[in-house]
Amino acid sequence: MLKISDVKKTFNAGTINEKMALKGLSLQLEEGDFVTVIGGNGAGKSTMLNAVAGVWPVDAGSIYIDDINVTRLPEHKRAKYLGRVFQDPMTGTAAGMQIEENLALASRRGASRGLRMGISHKERELYKEKLEMLGLGLEERMTAKVGLLSGGQRQALTLLMATLKKPKVLLLDEHTAALDPKTAKKVLDLTEKIIETENLTAIMITHNMKDALRLGNRLVMMHEGRIIYDVKGEEKAKLQVSDLLEKFDQVSGGEFANDRMLLAK
Amino acid sequence: MKIMALLNALPGACAQGLIWGIMAIGVYITYKILDLADLTVDGTMCTGGAVCIIMMVNGFPVWVALLAAFGAGMLAGLVTGIFHTVMGIPAILSGILTQLGLYSVNLRIMMGKSNQAISVDKYDLLVSLRYVKGVEFYKNTIFVTAVFIIIIIALLYWFFGTELGCAIRATGSNPNMSRAQGINTNKGKIIGLMLSNGIVALASGLYAQYQGFSDVNAGRGAIVIGLAAVIIGQVVFGKINGNFAFRLLSVVFGAIIYYLVMQIVMWMGLESNDLKLFSALVVAVFLAIPYMKETYFSKKVKRGGAGNA
Repeated sequence: MLKISDVKKTFNAGTINEKMALKGLSLQLEEGDFVTVIGGNGAGKSTMLNAVAGVWPVDAGSIYIDDINVTRLPEHKRAKYLGRVFQDPMTGTAAGMQIEENLALASRRGASRGLRMGISHKERELYKEKLEMLGLGLEERMTAKVGLLSGGQRQALTLLMATLKKPKVLLLDEHTAALDPKTAKKVLDLTEKIIETENLTAIMITHNMKDALRLGNRLVMMHEGRIIYDVKGEEKAKLQVSDLLEKFDQVSGGEFANDRMLLAK
Repeated sequence: MKIMALLNALPGACAQGLIWGIMAIGVYITYKILDLADLTVDGTMCTGGAVCIIMMVNGFPVWVALLAAFGAGMLAGLVTGIFHTVMGIPAILSGILTQLGLYSVNLRIMMGKSNQAISVDKYDLLVSLRYVKGVEFYKNTIFVTAVFIIIIIALLYWFFGTELGCAIRATGSNPNMSRAQGINTNKGKIIGLMLSNGIVALASGLYAQYQGFSDVNAGRGAIVIGLAAVIIGQVVFGKINGNFAFRLLSVVFGAIIYYLVMQIVMWMGLESNDLKLFSALVVAVFLAIPYMKETYFSKKVKRGGAGNA
């Protein structure tokens, strides 16, 4: 489904701020995999998702989605295969446009955009149904500007937009981190529900160990631009938070106490 | 101060305001929809007129000349768009570069002269200073320009409702989201810049006819007038909850208000040499209002009291 092979990326090469964010990262996802990704700050989690999404070109390695080599495809062309939800609720939606317009933009992901009307009557009905599923009452405000919505509402909408057209891989970059606990739970429940009903392949970065353990069929731990731990199925189901912390201490040599605190939260 | 002199000048100011209203619609596309300040228009506000006048003098009908002006403007927008997207030059600088280059191009179009006249007596002009008063209503410049504006607004209203138009609006609203949704933001910016400059050049073609000549300095400071119209329209009519067509219309009214105000301050004794200084200050003040409101006049909020995700 998704095959990342030996991908490398260095930021600010040749300057004092040089940072090798991905040091030969490899990861292969099977269809229907729901992978949770954990790791300390600067481990390269978001960088991995951005590499898959094509936000910038990688320095080395290759990325395949469904046997299609996307390594050199620009971001907007790769979007055809990907659904993305970001950490910042402001990033995933166009604030100046209506809820239904945002959905209409998302439903045309990967299609060519011509001079047909940007949104049809038939679509509106469909969007109304989909919005009802969110249970946030947005179906009554379809012509409201997205800028008027709260962070949680915007994340839920972004999630809907990312999955409106079934993506080959859904990329979730700590998409509940900026929300209050109650809203975060709601968005997370929704995420789970959508991934399950649509049978999506997904990668979810999280700072919450419990969520990482509870959700998905596979868990990946990153450290310094590589994957250092990868468990799935039965083995993953048996894991405890303490196991993860131990693993984390082991690889980081116990020197990153702050990260440990952050993960245990 | 003779009030009659002012009243006599008002229809002319109105006509001028309408023509610059078309120009301001072009500025609205880049400044408001694409969220770019495009200074190319200072060049295209001359190019359109130059192309239009030279073509008419060489025997082309006025419609063909205006269409060619529109096309020339689109080309200028394309150049800025390529500078900005393909070559990665910041938008403002891209516009300045194109604008500078256009100065030479405009002189070439006008056969090396800084000024090319066209006589309303010899040619069948669509609009003119002479058609403001004492002609049949359908020949009146105010009427003709108003028809132009209605057609342009209708076309833009349709266009920005299409898939492509929505993609361009999304590009301006949130480029990251747009790319994530498969929108080629570079393409969106280029099309927006072309459309904008095409419309500005069309306005330029009308303005040159209105004045009876094209001038190499015709576009100097055009962006400021365009911005003034956009901002005045926003400040005066912003409270009214209208659709996109209404927003464009309010820009046109902004331009008319701008020209009426200019006429009044000149009538009150401002020298025409000082007009540009006055407009620059007016626009600076209007641009500053939203920021100053936010920074200096916002209500004090208790620390930590307004945390809202």
